[in-house]
Parts: sequence; structure tokens; C-alpha cells
Amino acid sequence: MGALTEMTEFTNIGLLAAEDSHGSPIAFPILTMLILLPMVGSVAVAISSKRRPEFTKLIALMTSVGVAGMSIWLMSSFEMGEAGFQFSSQHTWIEQWGISYHVGVDGISLFLVVLTGVLFPLAIVGIDPHHDEKPYLAWLLMLEAGVMGSFLSLDLFLFFIFFEIVLVPMYFLIGGWGYESRVYAATKFFLYTMFGSAFMLVGLIATAMLARDSIGHLTFDLVEIAEGADFAANTGRWLFFAFAVAFAVKVPIFPLHTWLPDAHTQAPTAGSVVLAGVMLKLGTYGFLRFGLYLFPEAAVWSRSLWLTLAVIGIIYGAIAATMQKDLKRLVAYSSVAHLGFIILGTFAFTSQAISGSVLQMVNHGVSTGALFLMVGMIYERRKTRQIAELGGIQKVAPIFAAGFMIVMLSSIGVPGLNGFIGEYLILLGSFQTARWWTVVATSGVILAALYLLWAYQRVFHGEPDEDNAKFPELRAKEAMVLLPFIAAIVFTGVYPKPLLERIEPSVDALVAHVAENSSFDIPEYGTQCGTFTVEHGEEAGAADDAETDAADHGVSDSGCETHDADQDEADHGDGDDGDADDDSHGDEGEESGE
Amino acid sequence: MIAELISQSSQIGASVVAQGSPAQGFVAQTFVGPEVNWFALSPMLALLAGALTMMLVGALTPTWPKGLYAMAAAVTAGTAGALAMVQWDDITDNGPTTLVGGAIAFDTFAMFLTITICIGVLLVSLLTDSFLRGTPNDGPEIYALYLVAAIGGVVMASANDLIVLFLGLETLSLALYVLAASNRRSIASAEAGIKYFVLGGFASAFFLYGIALLYGAAGTTNISEMVATFQSGVDLDNPNALALAGLALLIVGLDFKVAAAPFHVWTPDVYQGAPSPVTAFMASVAKAAAFAAMLRVLVTALPFFRDDWRPVIWVLAILSLVVGSFLAVVQTNVKRMLAYSSVSHAGFLLVGVEAAGHTAGEALPGDGMPSVALYLMLYSVLVIGSFGVVTVVSRASGNVDGDASLDTFKGLAKRRPLLALAFTVFLLAQAGVPFTSGFIAKFGVIQAAVEVESYAIAVIAMVAAVVAAFLYLRIMVSMWLADPDDGAVESDAAGTGISVGLSSGLAIAAAAAFTLFVGVFPGWLLDAAETVNAIAR
Repeated sequence: MGALTEMTEFTNIGLLAAEDSHGSPIAFPILTMLILLPMVGSVAVAISSKRRPEFTKLIALMTSVGVAGMSIWLMSSFEMGEAGFQFSSQHTWIEQWGISYHVGVDGISLFLVVLTGVLFPLAIVGIDPHHDEKPYLAWLLMLEAGVMGSFLSLDLFLFFIFFEIVLVPMYFLIGGWGYESRVYAATKFFLYTMFGSAFMLVGLIATAMLARDSIGHLTFDLVEIAEGADFAANTGRWLFFAFAVAFAVKVPIFPLHTWLPDAHTQAPTAGSVVLAGVMLKLGTYGFLRFGLYLFPEAAVWSRSLWLTLAVIGIIYGAIAATMQKDLKRLVAYSSVAHLGFIILGTFAFTSQAISGSVLQMVNHGVSTGALFLMVGMIYERRKTRQIAELGGIQKVAPIFAAGFMIVMLSSIGVPGLNGFIGEYLILLGSFQTARWWTVVATSGVILAALYLLWAYQRVFHGEPDEDNAKFPELRAKEAMVLLPFIAAIVFTGVYPKPLLERIEPSVDALVAHVAENSSFDIPEYGTQCGTFTVEHGEEAGAADDAETDAADHGVSDSGCETHDADQDEADHGDGDDGDADDDSHGDEGEESGE
Repeated sequence: MIAELISQSSQIGASVVAQGSPAQGFVAQTFVGPEVNWFALSPMLALLAGALTMMLVGALTPTWPKGLYAMAAAVTAGTAGALAMVQWDDITDNGPTTLVGGAIAFDTFAMFLTITICIGVLLVSLLTDSFLRGTPNDGPEIYALYLVAAIGGVVMASANDLIVLFLGLETLSLALYVLAASNRRSIASAEAGIKYFVLGGFASAFFLYGIALLYGAAGTTNISEMVATFQSGVDLDNPNALALAGLALLIVGLDFKVAAAPFHVWTPDVYQGAPSPVTAFMASVAKAAAFAAMLRVLVTALPFFRDDWRPVIWVLAILSLVVGSFLAVVQTNVKRMLAYSSVSHAGFLLVGVEAAGHTAGEALPGDGMPSVALYLMLYSVLVIGSFGVVTVVSRASGNVDGDASLDTFKGLAKRRPLLALAFTVFLLAQAGVPFTSGFIAKFGVIQAAVEVESYAIAVIAMVAAVVAAFLYLRIMVSMWLADPDDGAVESDAAGTGISVGLSSGLAIAAAAAFTLFVGVFPGWLLDAAETVNAIAR
């Protein structure tokens, strides 16, 4: 393990990217491999012989399992307690435009990368396409490369091209291997997302152009812009909204969600799994990585809007899900509700809420991915997704029903399973800063129980009719595929510490960054790094004033400084807080849920 | 050389104004031909030599072996392009200058466009070879016309005098009129030729009248002298009505040639009626030349009036984007779709021109001109690739005009997977999907616009691109997700279906490779494009 640690490099979030080393010669460029391997696998699949289908599948499987293995290795050798980007590497790509190939992983993206790595082989093994396996697998691997790239990019341009390129394989997967109205769904999906990206492209160019004034040269590097740029409040808001439109479509946030039920329902099973499992997270991840990090002031300024839309999404998604006759569509609408929780947590700006959001992204990927997989299995057996035509399956296939039950309970958020941890953290964290929104959102948990339990009841309970009586039991291969999902669900539900302790330092740094660059009063909170408070410059004494650094300017009236002794390391774990009236350096932060 | 005479006369005109006594000034001058650096003109001369050889030798000798005409044209274009690269080095070493008594600009902008035009001619010649092989229309004429049109284009791109620019425009246009009507067995082709000729004649008249009015305002047609005149002698409080009227007429003429809305109405008809390789030629070479002329006229010659012409370009850009994108979506013929999409691309290019307008004439001219030049090169290649596939597919339908309706493309992926893949690359590039040259082109233009804070036009352009993407998706759906007609499958089985042909296959493959390569490694082209701001005048 020591050797492995040596190979990793760390980038402190506070350092300029220019200081990133380009990797010592012995360093294994694991992040690049995570992107490159599926790409190579995709090409290999595409040019493999048509007469040997089993060989094609083997290539795809080996590639995706290799990626999964690397992502798990990445997780195990990820340095805990570090807030900055790890394993990063940076190379100049298009010098004239200040664009570099800059990748890195931190606590926020780590588990999304792992989720992506693990979900793809399961999706490939889980369900076979109905025809033309070769291009199907090639597109799937291409999609994996794109998604990986999006999560790992630390350059605005690089992120954009990966964010945009994933549309192409997904379009062909939905259009080529989907169900009845697949072409309509695929086109709608493509155009909706591209519409959002149109604004983002202009926004990100404008960001780089405007940041040039304060940085001194044109660069699209995320870290460099976030740390070095100084946007006027009004400008930052416009830019933030240009980005936010793209992410809001991708998430999707309430009024922009209409592509989702179509795309999810019409996509082939693997497509739905990937779409719900990882691709929706590109939106929520984008909000954290690019929205909050680049434009903290604008994010704080517009938070009421996002919180309101998130809560509307939670309630609306739940009600719409309750009304669905199609099982797959029901799960699709449940995603709208779940993603609402994640947005709620994101814009609560407390460490618990955002940690919960990050965790919930992973949880939603696991549980909804598994739900889509099982709905796909039901469809393969019965050739229908209509709830009314199903019934009594529990009698004939008890193991299948048990698996579905666990996954469903996880999705509802029952204590002891992973969904609970995420939702609880989100609600706990949000309650402190967005009280009434949280109160309304909590009812969404109850509604989730309503629509999922009701659906379970109709599909699995009762006496099976003639068609359902022949419902085959879970096969060994299918069980093997479901097992990792269920293991992840139970493990995270019982012992989330390994995840949280990797997520939290990065989230703390992000929250501190937001507090530092906006006028938002973030209540004190505890993390595993200790309890932190923010001193407000105006209220603190003159001596403190002198200590608060240059971050304290113009729009911002809150200077941050660490309460702990390690003042020098203010970058990573620094904190915030204190309600404005109470200047005592109280240490009574709650321990975050463990 | 006509160019010399013209430039001479314009010099005389200038001296007339300067001296104020025409008769005396005229008599006093003896005719001294300007010095000509023949080698600097070598790209033009190479094209001219190729055109003349094909016309004369081709007419006097019996039919050449198959493919040799196209080969000759391609080699000529390649030679001219290579010579332009040699000149490029000379310019970057010694700085830009003017030739033939100030009539021709010798700068990297001219050379960049010359190379673009030569690449276009080369690829289109290869396409035409497969298209004409075995038909009665095969012969040296069409290739000679390509080369003549290319000379016109190169002259437009390098003109430093409005009259020279007009000569280039007419050379290009006349060749194009004939090319559009070159399929003698097709009524649609003849119709396209006539339409283009009549409307193009109007546009040329507008353009010429514009030059005349500008001459009235500035007393010269030479761009360098014009800039000097306006900078020294224009009264800011009293707008120069003559110059503004001339400017307006010039914009009308140029917008017709670049097919920007609302002067685009000829585009779909002519693109549809003309033989497919000729359409590819019009969409690439003619468009590049016309935009080069537009930059010469607006940015180089009339930076003084930039606040007057920029809002006009703004409106035209948005009209083109909106009209092109929305009308493209409702078409059922692929050639018409691509025609409207080319209108939308003209809108994108105008976004770049608008960006150039913010800083025209300043010491730091910004990214506007480089982005337009780069867009022209990248778009030329991928539009030739697109029309190349259309050529191959529509030709297989058997009828004289070629059937390019959307149904012809049904199930292309099952019939000719590689061809469908190449077309997909071109269509994705036109939609601006990353890892293709189309994305780099769009990014450059949008970046130029954002740099000068033209946010509104940048956002509108990107949203229009989404609408246009629907059109490309429609074609892709037809190719990949629909099943081929039974008749098409039978004719494929019988060997009478789609045959790509070696030379057009080569052209399409080269275009696709270029599109993907530049999408991933654009740095070297950006380097080259950045230098085009150094304009000779």
C-alpha cells in the first residue's frame, strides 16, 4: 500500500493548477486509463469479427470489468482526509485557447466514478439486447468513457466536450434498442440536453474570457478560475444561470424534466440503468463542481429558486409516480422526486446536506439502477410493463420478489438501508438553513413509500393469474448481478463511514469556499475533522479584522478563519459558521450522521 | 493583365483627386507598368495554367483515359495549394505586402483562403470523377470550370482593390452559373443555372453600384487608399451618405453570394437542381470566397464605418440562423436540408464577422477574422464530405437528376455501413458535436463573439444550432434506425445499387479523417488561423 500511496499525487484545492506536477515518470495515469480503456474497448468491439459474437461480448465485459477494478483500486488508494484533487494530471491540449487536459478526483466525484465503473459491467451482464449486440456494446462502452470523462474533468472545455459527447451514444442506444416510441424519446432527449448545453457553452467561454482579466491569461482550468477569478456579482449570476440551465435539464429539475419519463421508459434496460444511475448525476454533480465552486455568490443569491423547484420536484415527482400505470415510468418519475432531494441538499449549503447529496447521488444510482434492472427482467419474462397486467408474482417467484423488496425499500429510504442515510443527512442539513422547504420535502419520503409500496402490492401480492403463474424465478446469473447492488445497499445503510469520510473533507472545503465568497451565514456544524465556526469580520475585534484575509471584500461580509489550531491549513477543512448573533466560538456542533 | 490596368487607372483616379486638374494630371503621366512579383502570384498562375491546359489540350486531343481529367484538376489544385503554403512561409518571414501596384494583397489571410479553396477543388474534383464516369457529360469542361471558379475565388480573397474584387466575383460567378447548369440532360439543372444566373446578375449589379458609390465617396477603389481617405477626411458629424449607400449595396451583393437570409431564397432551388458535386463546390469554395470578400470589404476596407455595418450584420446573422435552422427542419429532400443548413452556417459565420466588426481596424483586431477563416476551412471540408455522400447515394437511384429525398437514405447503415458512418461524422460535425472539426469551428466563432461581449448573438446562435441538430438527427434516424426499402436491397444484391467509386471514396474518407483529426488536434490550424489578422494594405 505504501508504494501505491507514493504513486498518488495530491493537488491542494488552494493551489493554482499551474503548480500541478505533470506526474512523475513512474506514476500510473489511472484517471486517464479510466477514460481511455472503455474508449479502446469500444473500438475493439466495433472492429471485432461479426462471426464470433461471444468473443465480442468477452471484450466488452473484460474492458468494463477492468474499469470497475481500476475504479475500486482508486477508491481504496484514495487518501482520506484530503480535500483537494488527487491523482490529478494536467497536459496542455489546445494552447491557443488555454485549454488543458486536466483530470483529477476528489471526494465529491470519487464515488460517482466508482459507481460508473461498477454499474457498466453489471448492465452489460444483466440484460442482453434484443438484436445487434456488437454496436450495442460499442455504444455502451463509448458512453462509459464519456461519463467517466465528465466526472474526472477539471477543465471547463474538457468537461463540456465529455458532457456533450455522451449524448451521441445514448441517442443511438435509445433510438436503436429501445421500445415502441424510441425515436421520439431519443430525439427529445438529445435536443433537450443540447438546448441546455447551448447556454453552458456560451457561459463557459464567457467565464474564461472574463476571468482572463483577473488571472492574466486565458485559461479554461476549473481550479485556476475558481480560485483566481473575481466576477462582479451581477456577471457571476448571469454566468451561473448559463451553467445552471444545462445542469437543470440534465438533473432534471421540475419544469425541465419532461424528457426524462420518455427517455427512461423507452430506453433499453441497460440504457435506463446507466441513464438513471450515472447520467442524471452529471447534472447534480455539475451544480456542485461548477455551479457552487465557480459562482458561490450567485448560487447563494438564487438558492430560494432552486430550493423551491427542488421541493416542487419532490412532491410533483411523487404524485406523478403514484398515478403511473407503467412500472418503468413509475420508477422514472420516482427519479424526479429523488433528484429533488439531492438539489435540496445542494442548495442548503451545509456540510451535512451536501455530503448527504453526494451520498444520495450514489445511493440513487444503486437503487434506481437495480430497480430498472429488475423491471427489465420483468419485461423480459412477461413482455409487459403494465402494472395492471402483473400480479401475484411473489407466489411464484419469492426470491425475485424479495430482491425487489430490498431494492424498493432502499429507494423509499427505510432505515438500515442506504437511501435512509442520504435522505436523513440531506434533511438534517437542510433543516438548519432551509427550514420550511425541508418540512415540505419530508412529506416526499412518505409519498415515496406510498407509490412504491402500492406498486409492489399490485405487482407482487395477490393471486397470480394464468400468465403470471408461469413467471420464472430469479436465475443464477441474474442473482449474481443483483447481489452487488444489494450488498452495496445494505453495507452503505449499516456502515456509511467509509464513504462519508472520503466525501466530507471535499464537501467541507466546498462549503467553506461558498461561505468565504458569499454573504451566506452557514450554521456551525460538526464533521469528522472537528467543529468549525466562522467569525464575522464586522463583529469580531479589530485584531481579528486584521487577520481575516483578502477574501473579505465587497459583497462578502464574512471572513473565514479556522477555529482550530491548524490555521495554516485553512484550505482544507475550514469552516464556518456560527450564527451571526452568537459570537461565541461554540463547539457544540452536531456530529454528522454515522 | 487586366488587373494591372485597373489598378493603374485607379491610381490615376487618385492622382486626379489629389491634383485637382484632371487633364493636366492625365497628360503628364506616362504609362508605367507596375512591377510584378510573378512568384508571389504563383498559386493563381498555377490554377490558370491548369485551367487553360485542360481547355485547350482537352479540346484538341481525343478523350483522355478515364479519370485523368479529374486527376489533372486535382493535381493542379494540389500544386496551387502547395505553392500557397510556400508563399505563406514567405509572408510570415517578411511580413504582408501588396502586389501588382497595390491591387492584390499578399498576406496570410489570402493564403489561408487560397489553401481552403484549393482543398475544396481537390476534393470536389475527386467526387466529380465518380459522378461523371460513364456519363455523356464526362469531359474536361467541368474541371476547367472548377479551376476558373477557383481563380475567381482566390482573386476575391486576395483583392486589395474593389474593382479587382469584382472581377474575381464575376469570374467565380460566371463559372458557377455554367456549372449549375452543367447537367445537360436534366431540366432541374438548367433551371438551377438560369435561376442562379438571373439572381446572381442582380446581386452583381448591386455590388458594382455599391463600388461606384464608394468610389464617389472616397475617390478611389483601392482598399489601402480608401482606408487612408476615410481616416483623414471624414466629417464625423455629417454622415457620408454616399459611402453609406455604397456600403448598403455592397452588403446586399455580398449577402447574396454568401447565401445569408433574407438573400438566401435561391439557395435551396439551386443546391437541389445543380449536380451534387457542383452543389458541394458552391457550398464550400463559393461560400469561402464570398466570405473572404466580405471580410475584405467590411473589415479591411471599411473599418471606419464599422458602427454602421455591424448592426446590419447582427440582424442578418440572426435572420440566417433562425431561417436556416427552422426551414431546414421541414424539408424532405436531403439536398434542400443541407442547403438550408448552409444558410444557418452562414449565420454562424456572420456571428464571427460581427465579432470582427467590434475591433475592425484596431491594432489588436481580436479573434473575429481568424475564427471566420478557420470556420470556412473546416466547414468547406465537411460540407464537401456531406454532399459527397449525397452524391453517391442519390446517383444510385438511377434517374438523371438523382433522387436525394430522405427516403433514399433509409437503412443506409444496413446497406453501406461505412458510408453511413462517414455521413454520421459529417452530420455530427455540422451539429457541432465535440471531437469533430465542426465543434472547433463553432467554438472559435462563439468565443470571438463572447470576447467582444456579443452575448445575445452567441446564445441565439447556439440555440439555433440545437434546432438545426434536429435536422441532422432526422437524417441519422433515417440512416440508422429505419429499414431499407426492398427495392434498394434488391438492387444492392444485383450490384446496381450504391457504388462508391474509388475517387469519391477517397474524397469522403479524407474529409472524414480531417474532420475527426482536427476535432481532436486543432492546435496547428489555430496557430495558422491566428496569423490572418495581419492584413496587407
